[in-house]
Amino acid sequence: MTTSSVASPPSAIEPIAPRPKTRRPFGPGSIVKYLLAIFFVVVVLMPLYVLIVTSFKAGSDIGVTSQWNLPSHWTVSSWSKAWTALQPSFIRTFELAVPVALISSIVGAANGFVLSRWRFPGADVVFTLILFGMFIPYQAVMIPLREIVTTIGIQPGIPTLIFVHCIYGIPICTLIFRNYYATTVPEELVEASRVDGAGLLRTFGWIILPISIPGFVVTIIWQFTSAWNDYLFAIFLANTRNGPITIALNALAGAQSPDYAASMAGALITSLPTLVVYVLLGRWFIGGLMAGSVKS
Amino acid sequence: MRRLRQWGPGLALLSPSLILLAVFVYGLIAWTLKVSVSDEHTALGSKGFVGLDNYTKLFTDDINDRFVHSLKNLLIFTAVFLVGTMFFGLLWAFLLERGVRAEGFFRTVYLFPMAVSFIASGVVWRWLMNPNKGEGAGGLNAVFGAVHLDFLQSTWWTNPNWGMASMAIPAMWQLSGYVMALFLAGFRGIPQELREAAAMDGASTYRLYRNVIFPQLTPVALSALIIIGHMSMKMFDLIMSVSGPQWLTEVPAVYVWQALLTSDYAKAAAISIILLLLVAVVIVPYLIYTNRAEKSS
Amino acid sequence: MRFSRRAAVAVVGVAALLTATACGSSGDSGGGTGSKKVEVFTWWADGGEKAGLDGLVAQFAKDCPGQTFENGAVAGGAGANAKQVLASRLQQNQPPDTFQAHAGAELLDYINAGQVQDLSADYDTWGLKTAFPQGLIDNLTVDGKIYSVPANIHRANVVWTNKKVLSDAGITDDPKDLAGFIADLDKLKAKGIKSPLAIGKDWTQLMLFESVLITDLGADQFTGLWKGTTDWTSAPVTKAITDFKQLLTYTNTDRDALDWTDAEKLVMDGKAGYQLMGDWEAADLDAKNFTGYGYFTFPGNGATYQWLADSFVLPKGANNADGTKCWLKTVGSADGQKAFNTKKGSIPARTDASPADYPKYQQAAMADWKTEKQVPSCAHGSACSQGWQGAANSALGAFSTNQDVAGLQKALAAAAQQFAKK
Repeated sequence: MTTSSVASPPSAIEPIAPRPKTRRPFGPGSIVKYLLAIFFVVVVLMPLYVLIVTSFKAGSDIGVTSQWNLPSHWTVSSWSKAWTALQPSFIRTFELAVPVALISSIVGAANGFVLSRWRFPGADVVFTLILFGMFIPYQAVMIPLREIVTTIGIQPGIPTLIFVHCIYGIPICTLIFRNYYATTVPEELVEASRVDGAGLLRTFGWIILPISIPGFVVTIIWQFTSAWNDYLFAIFLANTRNGPITIALNALAGAQSPDYAASMAGALITSLPTLVVYVLLGRWFIGGLMAGSVKS
Repeated sequence: MRRLRQWGPGLALLSPSLILLAVFVYGLIAWTLKVSVSDEHTALGSKGFVGLDNYTKLFTDDINDRFVHSLKNLLIFTAVFLVGTMFFGLLWAFLLERGVRAEGFFRTVYLFPMAVSFIASGVVWRWLMNPNKGEGAGGLNAVFGAVHLDFLQSTWWTNPNWGMASMAIPAMWQLSGYVMALFLAGFRGIPQELREAAAMDGASTYRLYRNVIFPQLTPVALSALIIIGHMSMKMFDLIMSVSGPQWLTEVPAVYVWQALLTSDYAKAAAISIILLLLVAVVIVPYLIYTNRAEKSS
Repeated sequence: MRFSRRAAVAVVGVAALLTATACGSSGDSGGGTGSKKVEVFTWWADGGEKAGLDGLVAQFAKDCPGQTFENGAVAGGAGANAKQVLASRLQQNQPPDTFQAHAGAELLDYINAGQVQDLSADYDTWGLKTAFPQGLIDNLTVDGKIYSVPANIHRANVVWTNKKVLSDAGITDDPKDLAGFIADLDKLKAKGIKSPLAIGKDWTQLMLFESVLITDLGADQFTGLWKGTTDWTSAPVTKAITDFKQLLTYTNTDRDALDWTDAEKLVMDGKAGYQLMGDWEAADLDAKNFTGYGYFTFPGNGATYQWLADSFVLPKGANNADGTKCWLKTVGSADGQKAFNTKKGSIPARTDASPADYPKYQQAAMADWKTEKQVPSCAHGSACSQGWQGAANSALGAFSTNQDVAGLQKALAAAAQQFAKK
């Protein structure tokens, strides 16, 4: 899942600011509001409930018609089965997602900086051309992509996926940083650095990078999630023995007579790292998303 | 020369990315384009250039009008997905904007589905959207039965005509939170002065929203539409995970996969290029528009 | 300040690492020439299939000392994922040492693309031309050459029953023809079983449809459909589609959401009485400890054995041809077939196997294999290439939703025209 937030100069990326508080009487409108909000919480959490409850079931408890019932005996046997099936690829997927997140972020930062504050003639056109790469349906390049990566000789499996995710992550990371720098880094700062005699790399490394942390948070989260959850590139360029966890999960869940409890436990295991990231860093991420998408 | 020294390093720093994208985006698109006008329907390789034959055959000569059927599926899916995410995203943002205690909790809950991969969520949505009704019902149908809303029970994605609308439900579940975040930003980005001015002018809450706030949200809404729209075209993981590749839920992205399975490279390439065009038709004007808008701001 | 230098070092370091791994190895398949590994590429990753593979591997270790088995199995999608990976590896000239493919037409894609090697000489050396029945040899021969060694034979046109469900409805005999079958289905319906014939999604429906075709067209005309000699637009085919449409009315309405094991569960749970499926169902039912099942050939098929076979090949450009050939020899040998089939639920392709080694269903199947007329199966590759299977599955999927008889006939005729061996 590679998505994007498009286009415009954002306000600085900060954790989402609290609403300006105005005192409102707690009237019937408020009750409706809370009821609605809670109703939606229940709806959104329903799939999570079924996942959790089924993963602790065993034997005849497991079934489509009984999916809402709590287990008659709570057991972790499916969890250990799922973990055994997923463990090798779990580690491998970290080996995939972490480098991708780091590399794309650095490259995106460098690109974003150049396109916003160290410009050259035609920078905007170049940026648009880069941005377009984010929107292409990857099916459109899958066939030749497979051929190219084998010709180049990159080791199949995780190294190939790192290579591919970094490349196709360039547009979104460039976008995020370009917008970020366009609003948080005043022209004068860069000018001053130039006047002092610093070149591009020095300015970037010593002045810009230290204030880029919020941007890095967004791109790291985004790319980590994107690489962790990807399935399309994984099935084309890797397999169950050398690929990430989505392939292993699909194999577990798509077997001839699928073990549903293990599949559900597996789905939870697969989602755990990204969930943790979102829960812990969510405020920053939303701030960044918001920052990258609004015309201020 | 001085100017070159000025912006030369920038271009140089940018160049690895430019080269990589030139090859892996534009180069590969060109390659796929080349395959799509060739005769490469089996592993035997291409026999030569056939012009736009592959494209026209997709529309006129496909067995059971398979490609047109997949486009229809895509259309239904996209429409429901777009409307659904925009509606729920805006509604949730609006609710939170009106002020709730523990806003952070609600936000986190609405947003967490974004962290989950479609492959993982497909595992449970397969069960939730089980098509059995009445006694043998499971999943959502069972819930409807339990609260005596039996008429809401549905065959979900196995419905031949509107099944794709059901397939959009997991997608909506996953991404409405994202649209919510966009709209929240939109709300927060509206300057306080505007609200105060409207209040001073004596505007009621309704008028405030209708005449001041929602118009300000138009760029955000447009952004959201574009993003969700293009994601819809690319939807693959979800469908593979919930229904597997089959006639009922086939969209162009899945058709490409099926064509590749039979080594029909030219057909797969042609479908891919059509997908690309569909996305481009929407994205390119938008990119030009934002480019111009930025220049003028 | 230190940040930037560290970052730069990190980036350079990672880039160097990537380059190193890239240059270090170019693919992990096969290894260099002279290697003693045999990478066997299958989709037998779980269940009875894996058990069968393990049995074969054990025999291979005995027969081919000095060669080591490397498991190249790719799971998921009932073989679809594996086939994708295989297609891409073959296209890039990185074949595994041997791979699993359905014998018959499905192999044609590989043969025509020059991706597999001729084994006719080895057939003579290994005495397989006499060990396999003539009908099978004929089906395996393409332009006078044979390209694969079948490990097993499965039968496709079998109806499995829940004996208790049937006896409760007063059904005592197997139906003799389609009319009798429908009458029995009606009896079950009268007893309150809404969907007496359990079925799953597209390819399982194709299997049922093929069985109806065999009944309405007879074995020879049926085979002719796939060879291009029988006209798909003819009246008997229309009748078959209409009969199939009628049978579908007895099936579960959620069929497109089910795989064959889900349909099997309906029979085991007593929610249905019948299911048409290949005889891997026997092994699965046994593995699930369900003993109350019966079976009969699809009514009206007569003495017809609709076969499919998992076979192995020698890919062109395989690194360890000797190792592969030893594997193939094991696959075709009496001991190898015994080790494989007793665990997998299929029967050996060889006619000289001893039935006493096998469970009850297999014994009956082995007897039939020797005497009955053999026809190929489209759903499982002996009659149809991959492309044809894809088109047929899609057409059946569409028919499941719209029940358009003329539409299905037209679609299948178009598919035949596009894919029949020219």
